[in-house]
This record gives sequence, structure tokens and C-alpha cells, in this order.
Amino acid sequence: MSSRRRRPAGPSRAKGVSLHLLAGTLAVLVLVPLLFGLLGGFKDNAQLATNPFGLPAPWHPENYTEVLASGSFWRQVANSVLIALATTVLVVGLSALAAFAFARFAFRGRELLFTVFTAGLMFPFAVAILPLFVLMRAFGLLDNPLGVVLVQAAFGLPMTIIILRGFFAGVPREVEEAAVIDGCTPFGVFWRILLPMARPALATVSVLAIVASWNNFFLPLAVFNDPDWWTVPLGVQQFQGQYSSDIARTLAYVVLAMVPALGFYAVAERHLISGLTAGATKG
Amino acid sequence: MTHPALTERPEKRPQAGVSPARPRPAAVRRRRLRGLATVALFIAPAFVLYGLLVLAPIAIAAYTSLFRWNGLGGWPEDFIGFDNFTRLFDSDVFHGDLRNALIIIVLSLLVQLPFALGLALLLNQRMRGRAVYRLLFFAPYVLSEVITGVLFSLILSPETGLANQLLRAVGLEELERAWLADPSTVIPALFAVMTWKYFGFYMILFLAGRQGIPRELGEAAAIDGATAWEQFRHVTLPLLGPTVRIAAFLSIIGTVQLFDLVWVLTGGGPDHASETLAVTMFQFGFKRTQIGYASAISVVMFLLSMIFALAYLRFVMRRDTQGAVTTMGDHR
Repeated sequence: MSSRRRRPAGPSRAKGVSLHLLAGTLAVLVLVPLLFGLLGGFKDNAQLATNPFGLPAPWHPENYTEVLASGSFWRQVANSVLIALATTVLVVGLSALAAFAFARFAFRGRELLFTVFTAGLMFPFAVAILPLFVLMRAFGLLDNPLGVVLVQAAFGLPMTIIILRGFFAGVPREVEEAAVIDGCTPFGVFWRILLPMARPALATVSVLAIVASWNNFFLPLAVFNDPDWWTVPLGVQQFQGQYSSDIARTLAYVVLAMVPALGFYAVAERHLISGLTAGATKG
Repeated sequence: MTHPALTERPEKRPQAGVSPARPRPAAVRRRRLRGLATVALFIAPAFVLYGLLVLAPIAIAAYTSLFRWNGLGGWPEDFIGFDNFTRLFDSDVFHGDLRNALIIIVLSLLVQLPFALGLALLLNQRMRGRAVYRLLFFAPYVLSEVITGVLFSLILSPETGLANQLLRAVGLEELERAWLADPSTVIPALFAVMTWKYFGFYMILFLAGRQGIPRELGEAAAIDGATAWEQFRHVTLPLLGPTVRIAAFLSIIGTVQLFDLVWVLTGGGPDHASETLAVTMFQFGFKRTQIGYASAISVVMFLLSMIFALAYLRFVMRRDTQGAVTTMGDHR
């Protein structure tokens, strides 16, 4: 959706240059902190003090290699992956079922129930964290990944249901009426017809769920005391505390912790952005 | 065998026997019950999880906020009524939390959102590398708050931090600050980090909103002799209204529960200067085990955001949501 050129070449070139100047300046502002981290990770602490802007001289890959060689970093990555995947399967599965019912069945109180779900968008997560801690302790789910997975899935339901209901509602009824006449059960319609058609929407909500889980900090902070279960954000925060004097090594850790998220963003950017804008405008 | 509910239209009056077209009320009732059972099977799993882990915690917080409780063993017993709340309302830290939230909200609405909006309009024009710029500007939003926070705590650190080194390099030593340790700079520094992280998100929202506006409207205005500013003021901005209102809503709700960035950057310090409600709640709930008092803070956060959300939906977004809700209801 690009705009058509409306002006003669002269002013439009001047405008183009100033546009690039502005966008370029902003790009620098976004990139400099990231580059500071990336290059700083290749320096040692003495270089960070004496040579803050230049390239590392000499390069010190040890900061990175030592983090990569440490079991705890990979353990945290594995925990984050496990928790993100489990959360996503749970929240997308439950939401798809509910969204199907909201989109396709007529029953009393449907809109009221739907509103109850959508109201969840307005609950700040921080409100629930303390009672959730009390609940999880009562259930024996502290230091248990389920304690994080279940809660993340519960808080992901409103957005996921809204997006999926919108999608299911847009599928023409004729598609499934034939199947119903042929004796397909509601679950059959859901499982064999609507779910396969909803693949793009499922991809979008899955990407949202993965990113939200990957970046979550507050909940794992409350639930996990045992370092064996720490996720990447907990690990990063802990690492900074532990190596507060070793800035170069912390930078290397931070940069390595960014890689999975940025890589995932590069792959799933379209889904992420369409999901966020759909979620914001529909919610 | 067919399942009636799947194709049934909604009915105003569900009582059996009202409609003469239905010959056997008992059979109808049975079918309807089966339909309801089907619906329940689809929705119950989600609702159980939602009720237990989203709705119930709010009730629990409301209950425990009425007790003095260190959180140990079973349920609280030392009932003290609203004492936690009166203590909270008298506390300077609480007042500071509210002030900080207010400052950040005002800054966001006056600086961050207009900035993102301007950027979205610029990036909506044809230019080389536009996709790359968009990709880049949105990237910080994808990073976790913790990673952003740790990175910037190193950038803003007094000795080796990039910010002060830059100032030194260009001869502005007198502007050097301990950005995160100085009560007068900590909120602006926090806001700068927030802007770095979030402006891309609002830019993407505004871009999506802008693309929903038919180009012909702007062109028609241009033909009628409207300047670029007049086009923006009288065509684009009013039509972007719903997006702007949603962006402001998300920004305000987000600020009420701000935690991760503050916790990692400053822990709320120095001397509570950057503390937020969520940080105070965490301090009392998890560090000092005053669960009752911390629950009172949770309840206040809940009421603040609920009252704000309802008022906002009712008075600011009324026109927008009316459209949204009715079209959603019609979809089925």
C-alpha cells in the first residue's frame, strides 16, 4: 500500500532526502544500544572504559564462548522453549474450542460470557500475581513449570479467543452445513473443517503466545526459586547481579539472550504484527 | 443425526412451546439441552482455567487485603478491616507511585504517541528501504523488558556507560549524571528507555490504522487545495481517531502495571523515586511478606484500571466500541 507520487521531481527529492535523514537518525538511535551490547561483548572491561566507541582491539570472543559453554545458559533456553511451547499449545487449543462455540452456536448468555472473557484484557497481570503465588503454593506448583504454563495460558485466553472468534465468524456457514447434513458431529466440524481452514489465524495467535511467554519475567520471578527452572529473562537478571563488575560478560550474555527473540521475529514478523494490530483493534 | 444448535439462530424466548411451529416441546427441550451440553463441552475447559487463574485471584486479593497476614500457612486469620487501605492511602510511597504513573502517562501521551504517529505517517510514504526501517523500529518491542533493562542499565551506568562516555567525548562533562541513581533524572531516563522499546509498537498500530483510510479522501482534499497540514488535521487525524484512542488506552493501562523495566533498571530507587504500584506491591508481597498490605495495593491497582477502563470505554471510545461490538454480534 504505497502512496503515489503527487509532486514534481524537485521538491520530492528534497523531501526524500530529509525523510531518509530522519529515518536514518532514528535507525541509529535504535541500533546504537544494540551495537554497544554486541561489540561490548567482544571487549574486556578495560577496553570498555578506554575504548567505548571503537571496534574491539583485540577481539575477546571469550565472553561469548564462555556463556555458550555454560550449562546454565542452555538450560534456561531449554526451559523458556519448553514453557513457551506448552503455553502455546494449551492456550491455542482451549481458545480454539471456545472461539468455535462463540462463533457458531446460539445460546443464552453467549454475549455476556464472551464479555467476561474479553474483560480479561483489562486486568493488569500485576494485580493477580500475589494471589496467584498463594494459589500456586496451595496447589504445590511453585518451582514447577506448570505453575507458569497454566497461568500464562489463562491470561492469554481473552486475546486468543477474540482473534479466533473473529476468524471463525468470517468462514461462510455453507462450508460446514453440508458436513452437518452428512452427519458430522460439532466436534467433527470443528476438527476437520474449521481448524484446518484457520491455519493462518492459528499461526498468528501462536506467534503472539510464544513471544509473550518468551519475554515473561514477572510470573517466573514469582514462581521459580530453583535455578534449574529459570527462564532466559530470569537468567539475564540473575547474571547481571552475579557479575555486576564484569560488564563485558554481562553484555555478551544479554546479546546471546536476544538472539532467539530476534531470530524468531525475523521469521514470524508478519504474523506478529498482524496479530498485534488485530488484537489491539478488536480488543 | 443432526445437531440442531449448530445451525440454529438465536431466539429471544427460549421457553419450549411458545412457537406453534414446533410440534413436540419435550423433544425440542431435549435437543436444546443436548445443544447446551455441546456448548458447555467446548467452552468449559477455557472457562475453568480462566475462572480459576484470572477471576479468582482478584477475589482472593480482595479477601486477603482485609487481613494482617505474613502469608505463612493456610489462610489469614488476623482480620483488620480496611486498615491496610488506610495505611496505604497515608503512605508517601503510595503517593509517589501515583505521581510517577501520572508523569509517565502524561509524557507518553504528549511525547511518545505523537512521535510514533508522526513516524507512521512518514513511513507511510513511498521511500526506499521503508520495509527495513519498519522492521528495525519494531525490533525493540520484541525484546523482553528484562533484556532491554539490563542493557540500558549498563548504558546508563555512571562510569563505563555509553551515555556518559558520549558526553565526555563531545566535551559535555558537566552534563554527566548517574542517570539511574539521581532522583531528578531517573524518571526521564526510565521514560527514554520505555520510548526506545515501545515507540515501534505504536508506530505499527498507527500504520495499520492509516492504511485503513481510503487514499481518495486525502487526494480529494488535495484537489480542493488543502495543504499537507490541513489534510492531516481535517482528514487523517479524525479518521485515525479510533486507533489513537486505543493506543492511548493501551499506553495508560500498561503504565498502571509497569514492573519489569523498573525492577531491572532501578528496583524502584533511588529512595522510591522511580517506584511504581507494581514494584511497591512486589516489595511488600514477596520481599517483606506483608501479604495483606500488598494485596491492598493489588486491589487498588485493579480498581484504578477497572474504573479507568470502564470510564474510557463509556466516554472516550463509545462510538468505536459500539461499532465493534455490534458488528461482532452480527457475525456469528
